[in-house]
Amino acid sequence: MFKLRDKYAIVGIGNTDYTKASGRTVRSLATEACLKAIADAGLKVADVDGIVSFNFNDSAPAIGVATEMGIENAGYAVDYAAGGNGANLITLAACAAIEAGLAETVVCFRAMNGRSGFRLGGGRDMSAYGVTQYTAPLGWITYPQAMAMWARRHMIDYGTSAEHWAEIATTFRDNATRNPRAMQRAPMSKDDYFNSRAIVDPFRMYDICLESDGACAVVITSAERARDLPHKPVYIMGGAYGGGPTQGDDLFDAIRWPSHSHNCFKYLADDLWGSAGIGPQDVDVAQIYDCFTYSVLMALEGLGFCKAGEGGPFVMDGRIQKDGALPLNTAGGLLSEAYIHGFNHVLEAVEQLRGDAGARQIEGAEICLTTAGAMTCGSAMILRN
Amino acid sequence: MDAPMTAYHGPLPVPDSESTPFWEGLKARRLVIQRCAATGEHLFPPVTFCPGSLERPEWVEVSGKGRVFSWIVVRHPVPRDIYADQVPYVVALVTLDEGCRMTANIVDCAPEDVAADMPVEIAFRPITPEITLPAFRPIGG
Repeated sequence: MFKLRDKYAIVGIGNTDYTKASGRTVRSLATEACLKAIADAGLKVADVDGIVSFNFNDSAPAIGVATEMGIENAGYAVDYAAGGNGANLITLAACAAIEAGLAETVVCFRAMNGRSGFRLGGGRDMSAYGVTQYTAPLGWITYPQAMAMWARRHMIDYGTSAEHWAEIATTFRDNATRNPRAMQRAPMSKDDYFNSRAIVDPFRMYDICLESDGACAVVITSAERARDLPHKPVYIMGGAYGGGPTQGDDLFDAIRWPSHSHNCFKYLADDLWGSAGIGPQDVDVAQIYDCFTYSVLMALEGLGFCKAGEGGPFVMDGRIQKDGALPLNTAGGLLSEAYIHGFNHVLEAVEQLRGDAGARQIEGAEICLTTAGAMTCGSAMILRN
Repeated sequence: MDAPMTAYHGPLPVPDSESTPFWEGLKARRLVIQRCAATGEHLFPPVTFCPGSLERPEWVEVSGKGRVFSWIVVRHPVPRDIYADQVPYVVALVTLDEGCRMTANIVDCAPEDVAADMPVEIAFRPITPEITLPAFRPIGG
């Protein structure tokens, strides 16, 4: 279990514009986001001695970004090979590195040309090696196709329906209308949702996240140092990473997973809440990894906001809207803000806890949950101000 | 009877030291998967060590019968140049009668007729002289 409650804090955040075609190298996006985060923290590059990222062979290496920024001596420069599950892992890893004495102040980033470059939701190598030999030749290739298989099982087990997913998609779009960073700000009605194109049953287009070019970064340092910096520190109360015993060869390999009506969060929940010393009832606002509408239900159920199978009814009747009991994805999420592989959720969490979220601000927000990942492996953090 | 054979342009499986008996079995029109003698469990995808016992599994022919655990209907083709004339098509997770699950297309069944727990049986879909893909069709369908 993560044992560093409140010892480390996020002190700076930075991001590029989120676009469909950046026209830039991924490294330059990463460097821009990192420099903005360092400046936001009131620090100089010389104050940073660690850099950590995650990627799918679609990004710039951490040490390359460190080189472009002129970091003199990066004591901890690491790239995790990870999908969406990595977005909260790298921040926990930064805390661990500082605790171990490998660095004092670490910048964490995710950068990608996710629309104009390598598209995660697109095709794959046409030679099917490893576990892919049992999936790709069947025409089961993309992440929407993978997650649709999970969503169907939730429908079978619990009677979940597109009505529930429509509530999620339209709620997050409504949040995006208050977010100048969001790629999709046009209002979406339930009719718009139901009329959107069938991609892979049971998913329509608006069940599926955006594809984005862009980068996000945060700076993490000790709580003592954070108190001398310009912004209100956002403390990392708790966190967890993992997902049980049958995660398979990669995130797509769910053939062995016990049931696709739950995901990694069922296995993370005890460590997550235990590390922070709180429970779901204490969360004021949450940023849930929404690569698909359906993944939100599995996180809510797995982490105990509701019982298994009750995620659909739970999100109805305004509960997850801005003025609801549990506001979710206040910037619009991966469905409507941008898909920076879930790292944009961490930036929104920090803005909410600083009280800097403008028209999106949840009044009095003190504790924010962030999650990352949707299938067999994931990560999560509890942040507080 | 074989599933309908059409010109195949999709990803080609690359058999390896763990999977060759599976693909050789399909080529011979037999569904051959692993079973761990120590735990009695059938295993798919193939492994070198059974996670339950850490023993090396044996290869056995199984009934080829099972039930649909979950399924998708692909309507938007990705990549388009390969799947544009294939959609809509069905991919399923099938729970074999022997207990483990495997992936396959569902054939000889309209997409809207696929149902949870529908009983299915193995069909064989030769795509090259070396490779035959697994498929399932409704029993009695």
